[in-house]
Order: sequence, then C-alpha cells, then structure tokens
Amino acid sequence: MSHRLPQGGRLIDKTRTVSFTFNGQKMRGVAGDTLASALLAEDQMLVGRSFKYHRPRGIMASGAEEPNALVGLGRDARFEPNQRVTTTELFEGLEAQSQNHWPSLETDIGVVNNYLARFLPAGFYYKTFIHPRPFWKYVFEPIIRQSAGLGKAPKDRDADRYEHFYAHVDLLIIGGGIAGLQAALAAGKLGKRVLLIEQTAHWGGRAPVDGIELGGKSADAWIAATVAALGKMKNVTLRNRTMGAGVYDHGYALAYERVTDHAPMVDGPRHRLWRIRAARIITATGAIERPLSFAGNDIPGVMLASALRDYIVNYGVAAGKCIVIATNNDDGYRSALVAKEAGLEVAAVIDPRPAATGDLIEAARSAGIPIKQGMAIAEAQGGKRVTGVKICAQDSDGSTGEVIACDAVGMSGGWSPVVHLWSHCGGKLIWDAAQACFRPDPARPPLSHDGEGFVFAAGAADGHATAAAALASANAAVGAATGHAITTRLPKVAEAVMGDLAPIWIMPARANIQKRAKMWLDFQNDVKVSDVQLAAREGYESVEHTKRYTTLGMATDQGKLSNINGLAVLADALQAEIPAVGTTTFRPPYTPISMGAIAGEARGDIFQPLRRTPMFDWHVAQGADFEPVGQWRRPYCYPRVGEDRHAAVTREINATRGALGLLDASTLGKIIVKGPDAGRFMDMLYTNMMSTLKPGRCRYGLMCNENGFLMDDGVVARLDEDTFLVHTTTGGADHIHAHMEDWLQCEWWDFKVYTANVTERWAQVAVVGPKARKLLEKLGSDTDLSAEALPFMAWTDAKIGGFEARVFRISFSGELSFEIAVPASQGLEFWETLIEAGAEWNITPYGTEALHVMRAEKGFIMIGDETDGTVIPQDLGLDWAISKKKEDYLGKRAQARSFMDNPDRWKLVGLETLDGGVLPDGAYVIRAGRNANGQNNVQGRVTSTYYSPTLDRGIAMALIHNGPDRMGEVVNLTDGKGGQIKARICSTIFFDPEGEKQNV
Amino acid sequence: MRHYSVFAIVKEAMGYHQGWERAWRNPTPKAHYDAIIIGAGGHGLATAYYLGKNFGITNVAVIEKGWLGGGNTGRNTTIIRSNYLQDPSAAIYEKSRSLYETLSQDLNYNIMFSPRGVIMLAQTEHEKRGYLRTAHANSLQGVETRFITPREVKELCPIIHLEGPRYPVLGGLWQARGGTARHDAVAWGYARACSAMGMDIIQQCEVTAIHRENGTVSAIETTKGRIGCNKLGIVVAGHSSHVADMAGFRLPIESVALQALVSEPIKPCMDVVVMANTVHGYMSQSDKGEMVIGGGADGYNNYTQRGSFQHIEETVRALVETFPMISRLKMLRQWGGIVDMTGDRSPIISKTPVENCFINCGWGTGGFKAIPGSGWAMAELMAKGHSPLADEFGLNRFREGRFIDESVAAGVAH
Repeated sequence: MSHRLPQGGRLIDKTRTVSFTFNGQKMRGVAGDTLASALLAEDQMLVGRSFKYHRPRGIMASGAEEPNALVGLGRDARFEPNQRVTTTELFEGLEAQSQNHWPSLETDIGVVNNYLARFLPAGFYYKTFIHPRPFWKYVFEPIIRQSAGLGKAPKDRDADRYEHFYAHVDLLIIGGGIAGLQAALAAGKLGKRVLLIEQTAHWGGRAPVDGIELGGKSADAWIAATVAALGKMKNVTLRNRTMGAGVYDHGYALAYERVTDHAPMVDGPRHRLWRIRAARIITATGAIERPLSFAGNDIPGVMLASALRDYIVNYGVAAGKCIVIATNNDDGYRSALVAKEAGLEVAAVIDPRPAATGDLIEAARSAGIPIKQGMAIAEAQGGKRVTGVKICAQDSDGSTGEVIACDAVGMSGGWSPVVHLWSHCGGKLIWDAAQACFRPDPARPPLSHDGEGFVFAAGAADGHATAAAALASANAAVGAATGHAITTRLPKVAEAVMGDLAPIWIMPARANIQKRAKMWLDFQNDVKVSDVQLAAREGYESVEHTKRYTTLGMATDQGKLSNINGLAVLADALQAEIPAVGTTTFRPPYTPISMGAIAGEARGDIFQPLRRTPMFDWHVAQGADFEPVGQWRRPYCYPRVGEDRHAAVTREINATRGALGLLDASTLGKIIVKGPDAGRFMDMLYTNMMSTLKPGRCRYGLMCNENGFLMDDGVVARLDEDTFLVHTTTGGADHIHAHMEDWLQCEWWDFKVYTANVTERWAQVAVVGPKARKLLEKLGSDTDLSAEALPFMAWTDAKIGGFEARVFRISFSGELSFEIAVPASQGLEFWETLIEAGAEWNITPYGTEALHVMRAEKGFIMIGDETDGTVIPQDLGLDWAISKKKEDYLGKRAQARSFMDNPDRWKLVGLETLDGGVLPDGAYVIRAGRNANGQNNVQGRVTSTYYSPTLDRGIAMALIHNGPDRMGEVVNLTDGKGGQIKARICSTIFFDPEGEKQNV
Repeated sequence: MRHYSVFAIVKEAMGYHQGWERAWRNPTPKAHYDAIIIGAGGHGLATAYYLGKNFGITNVAVIEKGWLGGGNTGRNTTIIRSNYLQDPSAAIYEKSRSLYETLSQDLNYNIMFSPRGVIMLAQTEHEKRGYLRTAHANSLQGVETRFITPREVKELCPIIHLEGPRYPVLGGLWQARGGTARHDAVAWGYARACSAMGMDIIQQCEVTAIHRENGTVSAIETTKGRIGCNKLGIVVAGHSSHVADMAGFRLPIESVALQALVSEPIKPCMDVVVMANTVHGYMSQSDKGEMVIGGGADGYNNYTQRGSFQHIEETVRALVETFPMISRLKMLRQWGGIVDMTGDRSPIISKTPVENCFINCGWGTGGFKAIPGSGWAMAELMAKGHSPLADEFGLNRFREGRFIDESVAAGVAH
C-alpha cells in the first residue's frame, strides 16, 4: 500500500495538516502536498478510469505528463473537469471527484469495454456501425458519445476572473530548473531584461531529487542562493506557477500563471495569461521519463520510476511497501536507491541490459538490492492494484518465469527532452541515438523576422543527461542568444557517472500478440502496442495516420509519455529507423490552459467596448428599446407603457411626419479628409465628382470597392477648400476610414492628404418634421436658417440656443430636416434643450426603426439592405451619382466588366402587395421553371419591407430582373411558409415624390 | 477489397486482428495514366473516386506530396451544412451534404456523418434579416432550413446564453440535416475505395513540373519521376497558386492561415453545431467529447500551417460570452491550416488556360463540407468538359465580374 513515510519530504510541512475530500470521502494531507501525494499518502492509488476501456487507473507520474489521474475539482460555479492531481497543489477544503465511471470509481459498468477489448481494436469504429444507416444517428453515436468524454461539463457561469499581462523582454527563460537558473544568472549579469518562469511552485527542478551536489553544497542550497541572487537583480523577473504555454512567430510567447489555483481563498484573478514579446527565448524545460511497454503496465501501482522517487524525496510518500524497478538505463537505479534509503523493500531491479555497469548499479548492488540483468517484466499482475510481476529473459517470449510479489512498480525507459516549445514555431529535431531521444537541432532553430534563430535550448531539454552538461549548456545558450561571452562561473558538480541506455521499448523482445495487446502506450486513450502495429499493417504508415487512426498522443497529456514509445513501435513495425518515421507536430499549448485565461478580462459588460453616444443615458432613462449596431447600441424605438414595438414605431413616425421628431444621429461616421490633394482623393474615393463641391455645400455620394460593388454612402460637406467632412453609415465608419488609409498608405502615398475619424468628437441630432425650423427659431440662432439662406443640401456654422453648432440641411426622411452637430461634451445638454423647447409641438424622439421606415417611404436606399456586397450603384438607379466625366474612381474599371456592364440585371423597384399586407423579410421573386441543378428559378428579391404608417399599408423595395421596365406587373414571391404572395411592381418612392416636404 | 462489417471484426478478433489487409495499396507510379489528380486530400480523392464510379475512368493516379488527407482535410472543424444563399453555392453544397448522408454505406467505411443540426445565430437585426433571406432562398433551392426563435435555440443547445450583454440571440437559421463527420475517415474511406478500383495513390511524391505540348498537358515531373497523363486535375488547397504556376497560369487567390482549437474532452453537453458570426466563432462537440472551435483567418498571407494567438483570443472570448460554461474548460490544442481565398469567397472548379488541365481550389474556409459534391462536380467536368454544378464556378467569372458572393450568409468563416 502507498503511505506517508516517517521521515523525509523536502517540500512538505508535516506539522500543518490540510483536509480535503475525494469522492466525498474526508482525507488529510499536509501543507506542501500535491493532491497526488496526499492521495497516495492516504493509500488512494486508484483515482480514475481510462477513456476507452474504463480500466482502473492510478497515479502514473508526478508532473504535467500525468495521463491517468485526472479529477473534477470544486463545485458549482467553480467546478473544473480534467484537472491533473499531480499539478494540483493541496489546499484546505479541496474537493475532488474522479471521472469517467458509472456508478462509481470502484465499480464501473463501462469496464465491460475492457472485456470486449479484443473486439474493439484501434479504429474498429471505422469498420462497423455502418448499417442500417439511421442507426448511427439514433443508436450508435449516442452510445459512443456517452461513453466517451472524460470529466463532466461545468454547468454554471464561471465565478472566477482572469487577466492578461504584457511583457517585453530581452530574454525569456522557460523552466526554473538548475539550467534555467544558471541561464538567468548569466543573462542577468549581462544586464539583459530577463523573465524566468517555472511551471511548478518550486525552483530547481529535478536536481535536488537526483541528489546532486553543486558547488560543494546540496542542490537545494545552491538553488536557494541562486534564487536569492536573482531576486536582487532589478533586470530579472522570476515567476513560479507560470508555464510556458506556446512560442509563436517572431518571439511572441504565451505563459500561463496559475495565480490562485493553490489558494482559492485569496482574492485575485485565478489565472493570468502573460503575452510576452521576447527578443530571444531559452527553453530549459527539462525532460520527461518514458514508461516501458510490458503487459499490464497500466495497472494502478505501476508508475514512472522518477515519480516514485519524487514522491519519496519531495513529499515523504511511498507508492508501495515493496518495490520493483524496471529500467533500461542507469537512472532507474537512482529510484531504487532512494526507495531503499527510505526504508522500503526493493524486491528487484529488472534491467534488460545483459551486463550494464556504472556507479549507480554498483551502489544498488552494495545496498543489497537484487539486480536481474538481461531480464524483463513478462507481465504485471493485479486488478485495481499491482500485486506482483512475472519476470523473464528479455530475449524471450515471456511465456515462463518467476513471479515477484510487490505493490508498486517503477519503470524507466529513458528520458525525452521537452522539445514542445522549441518545436511550436518550426524548430527542428535530431535523433540522439545514444540516449534514444529527439533533441533540438541547433542548426535548424525557429527563425525570427530577421532570419536568425530566436529559440535556444538548454539543460535536459537540450538532451543533456548530467547536471554538469546541463549547466554548461545554459551558459552556452545565453552566449548564443546574446552574442556575449559568458563569464558567469559554473558550480562544481558532484554526480554519478552513468552508463549507456539500451533502446528497449518492448518487454520481452519476443512478446506474443496476447501480451502486446496488453502493453499500453497511451494510457489515457487506451492505445496499445498491438494497436500501433495494426495501424502499420493496415497502411496507416505515416506517423500522422497512425496517430489519428489509433488516437495515440491525442489525449489531454498530448502524448507526453506515449509519443516516443509509439514512434519506436511504429518504426519497428515498418522496419524503418525512428528518425525516418519522424514525430507528429507539437502544437500549443504545452499543457491545457483555461478558456477563461484566454478570454481574459474581456467578459460580460466589457466583452467588447460598448460605444455610447453622449445622449445614451437619456435614452436609457426613457426606457428605449436598444439594438446593437456594430459596437454601438442605438434605440430601436422608445416604447411607452403599454406599447409594443409596432405601436411605438407607428407613433414616432406619425409624430415626426405630423410635427416634430428627434433622432440621435451621433453614431454616423464622421471623417475629416484634409490636404491640398483632398479633392483629388475624394474624386477617386467616390463615384461622384466631389472636387467641384463648393464650401458650404453638401453632396450625397457613393463609395464602391475595387470590385465595383457599392460599399457605403453618405453626405459629404465641404468645410473649406482643403477640407471635406465625410459622413459614413454607422457601421461603416471604422472600415471606411481603414479603407481610406489603405489606399493612401499603400497606393496613393504621393497624395497630400490626411484623414481623421472624428465620429465621437461630435454629437449629432436630426431635428425632423414640419416644425423643425420653428423649433430652431424658438431657441434662437445667430445665423439665418431660412430656406433661402440655408437651402436644402447646404450647411453652416451657427450658434443655436447658445450652443456652437454646425447645421446641415440634409434629410433621410423626406421631411424638413436639420442635422445639427455640437461638441460631444454638450450633446446631452443640447438634446435636452431641444426636447424641452419642442414640447409644444409634441417633439418625439424616434429610433432606428422609424428612421428605416421613413427612408423606405421615400425610396432612399440603406447600405446593408439594398446592398449586400453584390450590388452596384447602377442596379439601384443611382447612375446619376456616377460621374461620367472622371477618368477614374475606385470600381470604375470593375463596373466595365461584361457581366456588370450588362443592362440585363436585377434592378431596384418598389413593391406593393395586392391586399396591402407586408411582405416578409428576405422574400424572393419566383420565376417559372427550374435551373440545371433542379432549383426553382428566381428573378429578384425583396431588399426592404415595412409597414408604412404614413400610407397604412405594406411597402417594399426589391431588386428585380429588369424591374424598372416592368412597372405595374404582378409578380409572385415566397411567403416563407411554403406558399406564395403576389405583389405589384411600382416606383420606389411611396411618399411625396416631388420632395415638397423636405425642400420648404 | 475486404468488406468491413461487425462480422469481419469478430472474425479478425479471433486472430487478434493480425489478418487485416492494407486499407490502400502503396504502389509505384506507372509511366502513364488516363487521368492524374495532384493532391490526395478529400477533394482530390473524391474526384478520383467519382471519375471511377460515375464515369468508369479507373486508370487514375492521385499524387500526394505528403501523406494523404494531411492538408485541410485533417485540420478543419468538420462542419457540414448547405444553407448557402446563392444558387450555385446551395446547389453544390447540398449535393455534397446529400452525398455525405450515404457516404459510409457507399464507401463501406464509417465516416461518422452525424446529422445533428447546425444553428447559425442571428445576433443583430441585420443578421436576422440576412438569415430570413437565406431561409427564403433555401426553400426555392431545395435546401431544408428554417429560421427559429431564441427559445428553440435554447432547447436545441441548452448551454447557450441568450441574453448576452452585447449581442442577444434573436433567433437562428436552423438546418436540421447539417452536422459533422470524422474528417480523417472521409479521406481514408475515399482512398480505400479508390485503391480498390485499381487507382494508384502515390504518397510522399512531390510534383515539381507540369509538362505541356502545344498548350495541352502531357505529363508531370515528380520526385518519383515523370508520369504521363491525358488529363490532369489540380486539387491542392493551400498550394494552388504554386502548382498553377507550374502549369503556367495565375490564380486570383490569396493564402492565409485559418485558426482552430479543441478543448479537453468532456461528457456530452452540446448536440448541435452553433455558429455565431457576429462575434466570430463556432463550436461543436466531437464524439470524443472535445469542444471543436473555429474562428477567423489570420489577416496576412502565409504558408505556415501554424496556430497564431490573436484570433484564438478573439474567438474564445466570443464563445465564452456565448457559452459561459466553457470558461472553466481548457484549450488542449490549437492549429492552423492554409486556405485559398478568392475575391468572392467562392470556389473555383474550372478548366484552365492549359488544355485538359483542370483546377479545383479556392474553397476558403468551407472546404470540408464540400468534399463529396466538389469531387462529383470536378469528376464530371474532367470527364465531360462541363458540369452543371461546376459551371458557375469557372475562372472566367472573375474576368466578367460574375461573382458568387456569400458574404451576406457567411460574414466570416464557414
């Protein structure tokens, strides 16, 4: 059984107990424990079920590589599935639940898959569940979905918050083991801005566990001194609990800081995402021990030898009382020695190498540990806990052999450098045959914008197996990254001399298929040696095919333990060399990071900036019904008590047409175009001639993109000889400004023109209706606003009711209308002044829907309704707004293409239903017959459709094939319910065709 | 070809699955083929398959630079729908969707087409009008869609948050017969069927030149030697311009990386596909339990198939607002695929300036759903010289200004 040892545990404080629950059962750990060490101390080896076969699973590792021991943590709005117990720091009150079982962890019905495993090899689902066809949707898939998945889905809105940090550094060092610390020391002394991050809570990595001496002191002492020295350097920042998540182009990197996961009672963000721009990056990310493939290597109690050692040294926890170690390298003996020194029985070290020698082997021998050389584990025995191993000669089929009883097995298949971050951005790997691992190829690093490598590997991550080599490589990496000679001294290292590893992947060598079908490669996804061999046999030979066919390395650990072993098995099956088979692609993040952290602060109200006009609060106070328009929110209408939308819109229109309405038009885009070449630029931008516009006058203009399609419209006012004020649609302001800059910066860089988006600098109010002028006269103006002095399509500066304003005589409603701009800071006051003064005419604020209806009654087009990116001005009867004189404008050449130049197009007309009803939004005009693909023919579509209170009937605009030539014709439209509606083609101008109302 | 069935599995299980044969052969190229397809992705393999199945042309080679299905076929978010606005688009995507329905049976390979339904959310009045229009168009095109209320949206997808502070859900365009499929299986299933018809799928074979005689294609040069052909189909999304250049013509295409990610697997909580174009994100849950998430394309041209962060941030942010429960899920993996972008965001299935050389490209962000229909149309075009499904997608449309613009129905990705 696993248990807490009477002594030891360099990271824990046994005097402080910490209570937690596992599956509702109360348990106790101590301060400094991880959830994994605390569970082991309570003899809870069984912690989960595997993905496919629901096999009982225990803790396999001690760090980020853990494939099995995933739990749900917390509850309600703080519940999180799939959390690794090995990287979860214990805190008081922690609640954990095991996953993927029913009804319980101990008794799981899903384990039936385990007994059927023989019928469920890799990819079995591609070969069956094909007939009968409906069964996939209604029977097979629901069952597969239910049995797949791991943790439960969170149900509630997340109660925690998250934030982003930005950092710009000369050198980002990822990994706070001795190599990372040494690199930080060397770079810090050069005066570089350094950020050193470490994913765990502790500095120093594995060195203290490995019993190495540095500078004549214990590793712990050297680490403490180095961290203290770094802490004194102002140019060096240290962050623990911060994982290097991803390396992107040009030195961009993400780090993931778990700020309060270990202390949820502390106020603060849960996670912090660091967005780092680093000139150079050093990856000192260490190495991960590999498992060995023998039958039953997934039984709880079988774990990485290094994990077994970590739990003893760091947490004073033994995974068992009687240990067997299987290893193909000398490091496994280190684990055996640690176990022995902790007072545990080490029943045997199984070493398939026939005659390996070395310091550690000798030490084990003299400690009295039985060593079985040339031997292998034929199978591990046990169900929910390992009970023993059957051993045999490595060079055998494993059919016979003695059984050694034990309750924990440590396995060591050598070490794989953590090359993920090196590889994310294109760094290449080379195969190190001596250590049987891939390591970074310094000749082919990730390249930055300057064509130089920007990532450098150091320490075990660079393939260095000894502390001395790791430290030296740290100095070398800093030297290479900075171009400086490094003078920072390296500590003297005392460590064991190690012999060669034997690249042995399968135990025993000639294991038969029954055994290979019980050798796990990917523990979480239940991929076995036999599965990879099956994939190879069936032609899924590319490593990517094998991965995808078997799901090898696709689990939440992303193959940290399984990839190299799987590759080796595949290479063997293909009779190829491992480097020729290659690796699958390493993708960010290194370990999973929370969506909350990625989203950061931008949630809820600040998900996107909410743009408010100066009058926004007034609209809210009036109970406006808002609609989102881009990032703005505009009143759709202002319903009064008892009114629905329809009633409110009708009232607003009638009041405006009858007397006086008021619209907050502040969201309209306002862009200043200024400079000696402003006229020339405007002529290129618009289809109209704009350079001839006189100061003091306005002109309606159309803007097309280079494909000729109408993209925006609006009124242009010429402020002076050099200056135009461009009004765009609300939604268009930003992209039209960007469009202008695109042309000015990329194509017409010789034009002397500047642009500025001043949309938010002005509050703009449309004063609309027969009483509009009366209202302004009542307020008092220093400027004559009469029809003679300020005719339609003119503008003037004026002081109105004490407000400095710019007044435009333009109309989007067909009524007498003044659009008045005042500085944004005075917008609300101006609006309230208008409302107060207009009371005698029942002044009525109206929203976007009344605006839309009134413009449709007048046949004015709306960008986004009459246009959809496929419409040219000529389709809308706007030929008059296209200058024939200009040599060029954006879209001119495109509009000359044969299909666009063809008069035989869908063109804008009005539609009225025969019964006065309202046509449905989006209706199509049907034409008889079907096309070559069997679709019903169409000849047009409705672009806008409304109920017109002014006419008390439905009105619509539509693009119809040769529409203007077909006035009076009745056409059939879709009604959206499978039937048809009839409507008559008519003029687009439904109201006041002569424009008598707006020109007064 | 060994027939796949549950009985075959049981039989093989007796021998511990040592008797399975290769899914596709690994041949050496012949000197000459009737037709060569460059690109063994979904579209290329489907083209070959329908050349054989519909037109009896089986002396075909499919040439692949890397491993089959290794491009965008294996990198997408597996969504299948046909609720397109414009007639030519709706025709080919609906053909494709209907072929997907029976593809597992046709290929005797379970591609796991899951008609779980697709909702495209309307989150502004403008977007709502756009989807209403699409529903009208679809009703005439024979595509079954319906605009549904916010309540129906919530019933279909309980984890959705309707009252987002910024963009409330005003309804959605619902295609019940849309869904997802297992992307790799589509490529593998077609490859196996092609191989069984005697076609040669040649992997790890890069095309280095395209030879012409008197303006007609005659052969290709590859890293495995020269291979002659009567007809050539170029089906190499992500590298289309590059290969077209070998044949001596240019394409109106930009290549950008489209970003996607998956979460860790969780138990089923979302049975439908939801696309939220106003906030730029879409999500579904795979049969393995992962939330499969896609968003936008990088704003710059490049050929690296790498994940970048800025779009991931924007997409996740949007989806956390739409589905608040995902905040405590974790991103497991992100990646990018290179997509061909045309000026009107619609594909090109066309003859080319080179006689007997055809091209199929430009699927932008929506290629996976089109695989069967695209292959069907491309095969017809190659065999007969024209195809009703492909005719509108010719290269000449850019010269004539006859765009097929889906921007109304698919503001961002699709």
